[in-house]
Amino acid sequence: MDAKLIPTATQTAGPFFHFGLLRPEWADLTGGGKAKGDKIVLEGRVTDGDGAPLPDAIVEIWHANAAGKYEHPDDTQDKPLDPHFRGFGRAFTDKDGLYRFNTVKPGAVPSRGNALQAPHIAMSIAARGLLHHLFTRVYFAGESLNASDPVLTSVEDAARQKTLIAAPNGKATGGAVWRFDVALQGKGETVFFDF
Amino acid sequence: MTEVREYNPEHAGGQPSNDWPAYTSTIKRHPQQKPVALKQTLTEITGPTFTSGWTGPELVDLTKQHKGEPIGERMILAGRVLDEDGRPVPNTLVEIWQANSAGRYAHESDTHPAPLDANFTGRGHMVTNAKGEYRFVSVIPGAYPWRNTYNAWRAQHVHFSVFGPAFATRIITQMYFPGDPLLEFDPIYNSVPDEAARMRMHARYDPNLSEAEWALGYRFDIVLRGRHATPAGM
Repeated sequence: MDAKLIPTATQTAGPFFHFGLLRPEWADLTGGGKAKGDKIVLEGRVTDGDGAPLPDAIVEIWHANAAGKYEHPDDTQDKPLDPHFRGFGRAFTDKDGLYRFNTVKPGAVPSRGNALQAPHIAMSIAARGLLHHLFTRVYFAGESLNASDPVLTSVEDAARQKTLIAAPNGKATGGAVWRFDVALQGKGETVFFDF
Repeated sequence: MTEVREYNPEHAGGQPSNDWPAYTSTIKRHPQQKPVALKQTLTEITGPTFTSGWTGPELVDLTKQHKGEPIGERMILAGRVLDEDGRPVPNTLVEIWQANSAGRYAHESDTHPAPLDANFTGRGHMVTNAKGEYRFVSVIPGAYPWRNTYNAWRAQHVHFSVFGPAFATRIITQMYFPGDPLLEFDPIYNSVPDEAARMRMHARYDPNLSEAEWALGYRFDIVLRGRHATPAGM
């Protein structure tokens, strides 16, 4: 590897990002309900080391469509794209630290080689007090593929692995609700990934 | 068989650590556990694409979003989004936001008693062209006080959000101005260990970008993680 240029470092988004990044429509990934697949609501609370909610976090998600296909040129799988599903979402936490997305349950996507990954959502969290955004993943409780997912099973400690698994939390008009809380620090600290 | 052409790892000295108590907001917010190493998959090497125009009309002239002109020194802020090998990153979303020339954000939580400017919001966004270029017109943001420590002031800066081709390349950063005396004392800027990486966050005054009798030109290139030449098959 002979990289020539120094990459730009990250810096915090600070507390005053809302007006600059405001895209309320991006919290709905379903195109107003038109996307194919099982509609779901993904919601949760982002908290700090004291368990206090973060009222100033940016949560972004990226995931495959219901067929397990990413809308991206590097996804060369022979699976259908969905014209009503782009796969990207952004939401801010509110004063109670809560974020919420309307989306669809992603299909399974391939891992390296021939194995499948369990259905999952990639998540990034930026906030005041985070100099570098954090990457985590959202898996779904009860998926048979969870047991063989290479990323999920790479987290060997059972309690830590559990921080990556969203729990069913009833139904809303937007579909089945999945709860995924994010603890930045301390008790129940969410697993964050480096890649 | 799915092949994954990975993005290069980040260099420790080139990126800030979240565990950086000089910036006091990090103290209760930085993870204490080591991040888990993840071998990139299709999930990490893909990300939102911006060719179809779904992000809406671009907002490139921040001095023309209201009835009148904002107060402040006009600046043309332009540059390229590149990868580590110097290749342009076309069709990627660049979002910026900033304080006005008095150092006040158009944000309800900003209570710094400097004047708001009815003619300035301080938000822009556009998708880079085929050469990876972007260009905004704005005013130079003012410095402002913050309560990190007694009598602390943020160096003048413009916030940038850039996606690049993959979820792995997403960054949020800040652009600084060369020669700003506040940089030496700014713990956010100084959270980046390597001097060369800190210098990468500096805009450069470019007389060729300036427009005579009109606006100062600042050039700021953004460099995203590059990519391995060959795929990792298994």
